Amino acid sequence: MLSKIDQELAFVQTAMSLRAKRQEILASNLANSDTPNYKARDLDFAAALRSATGAAGGALTLATTSERHLGGLGSGVAGAAGVKYRSAVQPSLDGNTVDPDVERAHFAENAMHYQFMLERMRTSVEKMKLALSPTGN
Amino acid sequence: MSMTNVFHIAASALTAQSMRLNAVASNMANADSAHASTGEGYKAKQVMFRAVALDDTAPWAQGVRMTEVVEDARPNRLVYDPKHPLADAKGYVAYPNVDPVEEMVNMISASRSYQTNVEVMSTAKDLMQRTLALLQA
Repeated sequence: MLSKIDQELAFVQTAMSLRAKRQEILASNLANSDTPNYKARDLDFAAALRSATGAAGGALTLATTSERHLGGLGSGVAGAAGVKYRSAVQPSLDGNTVDPDVERAHFAENAMHYQFMLERMRTSVEKMKLALSPTGN
Repeated sequence: MSMTNVFHIAASALTAQSMRLNAVASNMANADSAHASTGEGYKAKQVMFRAVALDDTAPWAQGVRMTEVVEDARPNRLVYDPKHPLADAKGYVAYPNVDPVEEMVNMISASRSYQTNVEVMSTAKDLMQRTLALLQA
């Protein structure tokens, strides 16, 4: 029973962690919009989610024969999987490739996706509460 | 909690941009500080930015740091004004090499970047408050 609850929430949790990670990357881009030689980056969300949930087609992970072996960077939310440089549309002379308008649009979009995942998490919790309450309301 | 990194990133950008604004204010304030053409007068100052990773466990979260203040190497502006008390033998007075147009552009760019990062911060605050309110009500 508990593992099923965990399954329900684990996906939403992974997706939210990745959304938060992407939010950080986009915030970095906006913060560095005036830094010479800074290259704008973004998270390939679909690839990162595949890799983090361990679905087929995700990044390869290292085979370990001891629990003290490193897992490799390709696995999990904390890895660098899916972080890529954005192709520059109109790079600056100082080597900066941040386009603030593009970054702001992505930032707003990502915030909305994050809120959507929050809402999903909330409804899951509410359903669980409903099932747990003795009177059913 | 990874969303807190967004605050650190935006805060580092706010600090850097306000330093840039300070440099602009200092340059504009001293644009007409005359000095003898032989002496050392005020030189236009520019701040240098560099992207820095704020958290070792999250290398993708990069903030900004001001690394150094460089002085403009361009020559001073010489104005012919024999009546000026600081005039040299040929009647020239030196003024700082501050370009007011350049400084105005710098100021607008810095204030726009500042605004953007304030927005980033308020979005991150919003998302975090919603996350905290997940299990309430």
